[in-house]
Amino acid sequence: MKLKGRAHKFGDNVNTDEIIPARYLNTIDPAILSRHCMEDADPDFVNKVEKGDIIVAGSNFGCGSSREHAPIAIKASGISCVIARSFARIFYRNAINIGLPILENGQLPGDIQTGDIIEIDLAAGRIYEPKKDKAYITQPFPEFMQRIVSAGGLMQCLKPEKGAQDTL
Amino acid sequence: MRQTITEKILARHYAKKRVEPGEFINAKVDLCLGNDITAPLAISEFEKAGIADPWDKNRIALVPDHFTPNKDAMSARQCKVLQVFAKKHCIRHYFEQGRVGVEHALLPEAGLTGPGDLIIGADSHTCTYGALGAFSTGVGSTDLASVMATGRCWFKVPQSMKFIYKGRMQKWSGGKDIILFTIGKIGVDGANYKAMEFTGPVIRGLSMDDRFSMCNMAIEAGGKNGIIAPDEKTRAYIKQAMGRRYLSYAARWSYLFSDKEACYSDSYEWDMSAVEPQVACPHLPSNVKGVSALKKVSIDQSVIGSCTNGRISDLRIAARILKGKKVNSRVRLIVIPATQNIYKQALEEGLLEVFTKSGAVVETPTCGPCLGGHAGILAEGEVAIATTNRNFVGRMGSPKSFVYLANPAVAAASAVKARITHPAEVV
Repeated sequence: MKLKGRAHKFGDNVNTDEIIPARYLNTIDPAILSRHCMEDADPDFVNKVEKGDIIVAGSNFGCGSSREHAPIAIKASGISCVIARSFARIFYRNAINIGLPILENGQLPGDIQTGDIIEIDLAAGRIYEPKKDKAYITQPFPEFMQRIVSAGGLMQCLKPEKGAQDTL
Repeated sequence: MRQTITEKILARHYAKKRVEPGEFINAKVDLCLGNDITAPLAISEFEKAGIADPWDKNRIALVPDHFTPNKDAMSARQCKVLQVFAKKHCIRHYFEQGRVGVEHALLPEAGLTGPGDLIIGADSHTCTYGALGAFSTGVGSTDLASVMATGRCWFKVPQSMKFIYKGRMQKWSGGKDIILFTIGKIGVDGANYKAMEFTGPVIRGLSMDDRFSMCNMAIEAGGKNGIIAPDEKTRAYIKQAMGRRYLSYAARWSYLFSDKEACYSDSYEWDMSAVEPQVACPHLPSNVKGVSALKKVSIDQSVIGSCTNGRISDLRIAARILKGKKVNSRVRLIVIPATQNIYKQALEEGLLEVFTKSGAVVETPTCGPCLGGHAGILAEGEVAIATTNRNFVGRMGSPKSFVYLANPAVAAASAVKARITHPAEVV
């Protein structure tokens, strides 16, 4: 899968309370959640984000709560991929499980700035900045994770027959 | 190479003699958990996938504890989803309001979690049950849906970190202070993807309540799980909570320990003798200082409760400090017993009387204020001290409010003085 979009840059330890504050968790509707995406980190984010854009962040992105509403809000806001120096564990698996592509690279966010165009080749694990002709190479997902992401999420893998996950 | 307790539990649930850190496994789950925020999403995924019945109606716990008592119509609708699903599938461990409690205090108390179990919960603080020697970890709603369907969950076997605590704890310091101290040392991602194994004479001396409080906050260092090898205190706890069913756990004691030659990615050894009560300052749980350094910080609210410190021993400590004293007139003190049983026990012991006489609000079991849900929300510019587990921006209300994390003694003493206070100053 290849992606191209504008970067939105964030720092270290962006937590799930900032991504989607608990005060909005009395719904599971992605459309409502997306309207409050990143609200406590950048209240103007929802007005700036466009379909296909990419979040670029520092270390420990998504730390805190297990709320899957966080990657759901990000995906529903139009973000096509999150790339970060590192991810918190639960956010990482939640993103895979709902089919939100994410990439981890120790050099990020580097000199990537908000507004820069970024190209991503998910299968190859390649992040490319055309303006600076600079590439970051990351380890692509293990094969079974790629299967989950390309199916659109974990539950889509279960659909054909109950217990299909056992082939993992 | 020998194995850690975490590796042993994962291997047993994967029907293998051993597993290696980094290995992907699809392990059998003993119990899974969802609450009124995470379960509606899981149930929706479960139903969308067209699965007729859950894998085991006796191994799913549904605990509506976050926005309950229902704070508004939308929250009520989410709780209703749990109730309807539980009824339709005869889910055995569904807890209606009035019998519900804060999930991570409730499930051990109800005898649903035991040593050697593999437990997943759609709540990040599911790591709490590691205090009983279980492998337990937080996941999201889709993982919960998948476990409800198949009884299995995928894991990458974590590397283990060893923490050894020695020395003698100071009078007003306990499990909460040990874990805050630890997070302060290694940072909020210091244990990312890893198992945190807590050992040493200090841990052996801790009560179960203090151990729960410690393992509860493993996630605040990014840990996959926190774990303490079970001992006689664990045995006494589960015997009391489970009744005769505890016998089925007896055989597990023989393997639930880490081998001497087990391999750790990191090892820390600390003397706790000089560690005074710890306070995590805004806006990260790792922003930790000794309580004496924060004497000048005024507070507007103090909260004693949550899955970290709403247990009976926490309430006893708070009552000991508040007895015969008044909450400062500029401060709101909110006390929340974590479960209905703890509430009843606190009532019988006269603790609730101490709280109400001191001018505190005593609430029914709920996670409400901890996550800025309801029943104790901060306004712009307000400062709270809380026995909860997170102090991120906006965690307890306004994104312009401030939360300090501390143990129950510090939270109670601070409510009396209207500023962050060492308990010794008040008693």
